[in-house]
Amino acid sequence: MNDLLILLIKASVIYGGLLGTAALMTLAERKFSAWMQYRIGPNRVGPFGLLQPLADGVKFIFKEEVVPDGANPWLFRMAPMMAAVPAMLTVAVVPFAGGDIVLFGQNFGQLSITDLDIGVLFMLAIGGLGVYGVILGGWSSNSKYSLLGGLRASAQMISYELSLILVVLSIVAMSGTLDLRGIVAEQTGTWLLLPAWNVFQQPLAFVLFVIATFAETNRHPFDFAECEPELVGGFHTEYSSMKFALFFLGEYCAMVVMACLTTVLFLGGPEVPYWADAPWFLQLVAFMVKAGIFLFLFIWVRWTLPRFRFDQLMHLGWKVFLPLALANLFLTGLLVSF
Amino acid sequence: MLQHYLPILVLLGLVLGFAVVNIIISDLLGGHRRARGKAEAYECGMKPVGTARIRLSIHFYLVAVLFILFDVESIFLILWAVGAKSFTQAGVGLFVFTEIVLFVGLLVLALAYAWRKGGLDWDR
Repeated sequence: MNDLLILLIKASVIYGGLLGTAALMTLAERKFSAWMQYRIGPNRVGPFGLLQPLADGVKFIFKEEVVPDGANPWLFRMAPMMAAVPAMLTVAVVPFAGGDIVLFGQNFGQLSITDLDIGVLFMLAIGGLGVYGVILGGWSSNSKYSLLGGLRASAQMISYELSLILVVLSIVAMSGTLDLRGIVAEQTGTWLLLPAWNVFQQPLAFVLFVIATFAETNRHPFDFAECEPELVGGFHTEYSSMKFALFFLGEYCAMVVMACLTTVLFLGGPEVPYWADAPWFLQLVAFMVKAGIFLFLFIWVRWTLPRFRFDQLMHLGWKVFLPLALANLFLTGLLVSF
Repeated sequence: MLQHYLPILVLLGLVLGFAVVNIIISDLLGGHRRARGKAEAYECGMKPVGTARIRLSIHFYLVAVLFILFDVESIFLILWAVGAKSFTQAGVGLFVFTEIVLFVGLLVLALAYAWRKGGLDWDR
């Protein structure tokens, strides 16, 4: 088989996996919220409501597209794509498992779409583009709620992006590489009997990073882009049908990718604890379990904590997170430089 | 080197295809019925008051400027962070670290100034 075909297969499988996980997350969100509120949740479509995301998708397709008067028609249609595409694109560099995959006598190489030596930079750079979709969607709708939602989202995302980058940099300084596989390789072995994962070596960075990802993906308790009691639907108030679904899907894909990034940076990626050369499928399972923990955390926090106020959010971002991230980077740099 | 980026182009094709095809399909299959007031901007059932192209609070602008300041700083920091280990191995670790601390220190001073002036207070 030639390389291009292998590449297409790998890209389709990983992209399909991402979309499938995002779709399952929408179901999981509703199921877990239902259980936390002593309800049953969706259980009519398929066993345990497992086909619910599919039914939702079909319904979205058959819904009417409404473009409000005074909206900028092209930007209005472009915005959902611009929000969804970057979030889905970042999955390209995630290393899901180490070791070559041999199936049916065919070597598929390692389980990731590509391995860039600037993987971390790629994820941050492309992931940061998602904010354009949000602010354009808010502005082009010609609705006050949308505009405010989009503005808030962008202000929040750029504020927390700084802390996110600075925190990631302390990991990069420890590993000496921007390559995600290199960062994973740095975390193999043990450290004080624990696995040598960055979550143990950089606990402050871990906490800052996880909270910053919540703000970065517009998730509760920082979901000011939507904030339904104040802004109706936030930046997607005027959106309907598949365009709304794309915003939604982009948000969930961003969550999945962020969970993957957290796993890679702080939990040793696909490494099975105390078993460095485990076969690739066990590594994949380990990766999914670790990422699954963070995905569950996203849901858990959403249905447990109340929402922040916007000034509290900005206060936290600029006056708490940024100094803490800088201090963490300073200490790490001091440690590395000696 | 560049062939590592080819898979990203392939994925971009898949992702863009998914997005565009979905929007076109739902445009074709979804209903289209105009009705009075349907395409008005949503304002909780009232007739929209005034324009939505309102002037924005200066706070957003301030945040954007501060963000650019620190974003540019982080670009330089990335270069240092990647090389930090090899600097130490080459024996110039502390020297380079002092330099980067001086550089970031200047920006931290700027942040402290903005903080002191109340530029970071949202509810001022």
